[in-house]
Amino acid sequence: MNGAVQREQFTQLVMPHLDAAYNLARWLVRNPQDAEDLAQEAMLRAVRFFDGFRGGDPRAWLLTIVRHTCYSWLTRNRPAEAAEAFDEEAHSGGAQAGASASSTSAMMTTARSEYYSSPEAQVIAQSEAGRLRQGLDSLPLVFREAVVLRELEGISYKEIAEISGVSIGTVMSRIARGRERLRQALGNPPAPLIITEAGPKPQTKAAAIKGQTS
Amino acid sequence: MTCEESKRLLAGYVDGELDLVHSVEIEDHLRACSECAKLVEMDRSVRSAIAQSHLQFTAPESLRRKVEAAVANAFPEEARSTKSPAVKFPRRERAWQWAFAAAAMLLFAVIAWKLVPQRQTNFDSASDEFVSNHIRSLLPGHLADVESTDQHTVKPWFNGKLDFSPPVQNFEPQGYPLVAGRLEYVDHKPAAALVYQRRKHYITEFIVNARGAQDTAETRSTQQGYNVIAWTHDSLHFWIVSDLNTIELEDFAHLLRQ
Repeated sequence: MNGAVQREQFTQLVMPHLDAAYNLARWLVRNPQDAEDLAQEAMLRAVRFFDGFRGGDPRAWLLTIVRHTCYSWLTRNRPAEAAEAFDEEAHSGGAQAGASASSTSAMMTTARSEYYSSPEAQVIAQSEAGRLRQGLDSLPLVFREAVVLRELEGISYKEIAEISGVSIGTVMSRIARGRERLRQALGNPPAPLIITEAGPKPQTKAAAIKGQTS
Repeated sequence: MTCEESKRLLAGYVDGELDLVHSVEIEDHLRACSECAKLVEMDRSVRSAIAQSHLQFTAPESLRRKVEAAVANAFPEEARSTKSPAVKFPRRERAWQWAFAAAAMLLFAVIAWKLVPQRQTNFDSASDEFVSNHIRSLLPGHLADVESTDQHTVKPWFNGKLDFSPPVQNFEPQGYPLVAGRLEYVDHKPAAALVYQRRKHYITEFIVNARGAQDTAETRSTQQGYNVIAWTHDSLHFWIVSDLNTIELEDFAHLLRQ
């Protein structure tokens, strides 16, 4: 009896997110065979720990397990890549999020962004998709993870923060940096550097985010 | 707000993740600063390029089968436990076993049937949740995951995100245009939320899987000044929530039920 109920619950709550689980694993380890193995391992863990699932969003719960499974695997099998992830993070202080230090003419920026919203852009969408896929594929691990969770799974900052075990501010900065690089992958120049006279105010950006206090 | 601050919060703004105060501040800044406005536009174009590129991978069939087998294995149904000793019994006793298995299944069915109405009875607390959800969605940038007046865009968007296919229609000719859809998780279940507009009022329609539940008539209630109408049809629970007046909301409920 109990088994049947649990099975029904698992099937209803967790199974619909199998695609999301595989998608995350696939983007984190970047090859289909390992991704399949890791997604399977994560699902088995989810089955085993299903007793411990107490409400909340089952997708976020499952993706936390997937991420953990993938990171353990990366640390074991590709230690350099896993180490680089933390390195990358150390050099990307939240304050410079979205403002990569390189200046380009603003005129060109306008021309580009107009170009990308033009109908021709639709026509070359195929190759644009290719460049985006490549761009996302070559993002450093933590940025790739943040962008995949946000853009491909549509998960809120708050939940991404829970899944990735970082602050909401860090999530926002990772997404900003990830998008910045994808924009370059698409052929857009990096954002122009804006020089302000006033220095950055010591404001905690995390406090600006909804749901931070809840 | 300085450009520095604005750039730091830009991603959050584009994603509709900023609180009201900062959204307003950044919007003020964007009106004054074309540089930052351009950045917002570029971020949005990256977002829409990603959305159009279908970069999601879907689980291969082999994985799905393996996981399904593992799930079945890990949570065995009771009726199965009578299966293993079957070979030992002579034929006549096997009939008893079948009877036993049937009884177990019947018991399971009765218990399951008992459980389902229990879930439905927390109607009030569920309505509460739907009302709060509706109100929260009216905060800036929270209305939609997918914005479209086209039911052929909204409906497929839900594919793979829910374990049912919500009926999606645009009632623009009747004065209730479909404006958006989003995914919610309410009352411990994934729910489709469809947003319709009536003049300046928004109506949120929540649809939740109600596998096995019987069709019910409409139930009306008012909570925190919002009108709520709920019913069950075709194994789906429907809730509509709005600050629209009762009469028009009922008209809309009839439209949905047609």
